[in-house]
Amino acid sequence: MKICVTAKGDSLDSQAEMRFGRSPFFIVIDEESGASSAIKNEYADAAGGVGPRSAQVLISNGVQVLITGQLGGNAQRAIEAAGIEVYQYRSDGTVNDALKQYRDGSLTRIL
Amino acid sequence: MKIAVASGKGGTGKSTFAANLALSLSKSNDVVLVDCDVEEPNLHLFFDAEHEESEVTVPVPVVDPGKCTFCGKCGDFCQYGAITVLKDDILILMDLCHSCGGCRIVCPYDAITEVPRVIGKVRDSQPDEHLRLVTGVLNEGETHAPVVIQMAKALAGSTPTPAGAVFEHQFRELVCSMADVTIYDSSPGIACPVIETVEGADYVVLVTESTPFGIHDLELAIGVVEKLGIPAGVVINRSDGLDEMTEELCRRHSLEIIMRIPFDRRIAGVQNRGGLFSQDMPEWQGRFTDLYHHIRETGGGGA
Ligand code: SF4
Ligand code: SF4
Repeated sequence: MKICVTAKGDSLDSQAEMRFGRSPFFIVIDEESGASSAIKNEYADAAGGVGPRSAQVLISNGVQVLITGQLGGNAQRAIEAAGIEVYQYRSDGTVNDALKQYRDGSLTRIL
Repeated sequence: MKIAVASGKGGTGKSTFAANLALSLSKSNDVVLVDCDVEEPNLHLFFDAEHEESEVTVPVPVVDPGKCTFCGKCGDFCQYGAITVLKDDILILMDLCHSCGGCRIVCPYDAITEVPRVIGKVRDSQPDEHLRLVTGVLNEGETHAPVVIQMAKALAGSTPTPAGAVFEHQFRELVCSMADVTIYDSSPGIACPVIETVEGADYVVLVTESTPFGIHDLELAIGVVEKLGIPAGVVINRSDGLDEMTEELCRRHSLEIIMRIPFDRRIAGVQNRGGLFSQDMPEWQGRFTDLYHHIRETGGGGA
């Protein structure tokens, strides 16, 4: 299963990002292999449609779980249609911290 | 001549000004008044008359599931995020679509066609022999106000019909460019529907009030007309006769104050009844007509 955490930087030690569509990076972690990779969000500074376009990036990368702070309405519609689960992480810790809390089951599922 | 009436914010009496101007000028000119405040049109409240109506549609994409391979090209192309390509389905967020037609062109499998989607309507009425009222109405929840505004302006005969757009209803006659004066009443504020309304006008009347809030919003509106390079003048509504701050602002921007409508019990009384004061106080018809001639002279606009 692939998990995505929105992040301000490109590594597991980067600070997690609250915003989804305008998140500078998406860190994708493959739970089976343990491999992780960073996708730079081309739409972080785009004028419009950032929510669904960012959702498309996750869909195209086969992400099944998203951990982020908040989702806009349009992003939600796309994420929901794709059947991606969304968990809310609202602290200012790192991607690793968000992952740990997710695995501990202490994050709230919002979608 | 095309005159747009705008204001930096709501509640300045912009629509009442536009209605009074239209009524007064229609005594000696053919006037078309266009309600471009498509989210909340209200000019028909002053001019009760039967209307004809046509829906306004925009083309939106539909995908043929038999032809689509979910290759993702359309979603990559759409800069508005209106298309999300899922594993075995396509999600189209119609309200985000700007009808650019690009997805249909980039689809390598010819899977996309376009269908019309209704987003609003335009209405045409003739409340008086020399006064025509065209109203644009944006349906609730829709966001593409500029399209409805374009269609209303086109129906008024003042601009060509936008490419690809059709009126579903055959109007009596499209009285193309027959009017002496076309008046566009814009929505309040300075967002893109206002730009769409004001664009192509020969002159912009900015309606304001002499309050500190009024000043700030007026300044924003002045910024817009300056950017568009359209001649403009300021009308002060509910004027206390002094209006120092407004005068100072206009001086700085070399804008003329072309009319002051005083704070007057009689005027207020007529307006509270929902009436037009130029109807009840005919001396105002002369003032509005003089104003129009003044605009023509100073605005340098064509016929
Ligand atoms: S471009 Fe055409 S074939 Fe590809 S996903 Fe879009 S509709 Fe389907
Ligand atoms: S017509 Fe243009 S805006 Fe609409 S979905 Fe297609 S590409 Fe996007």
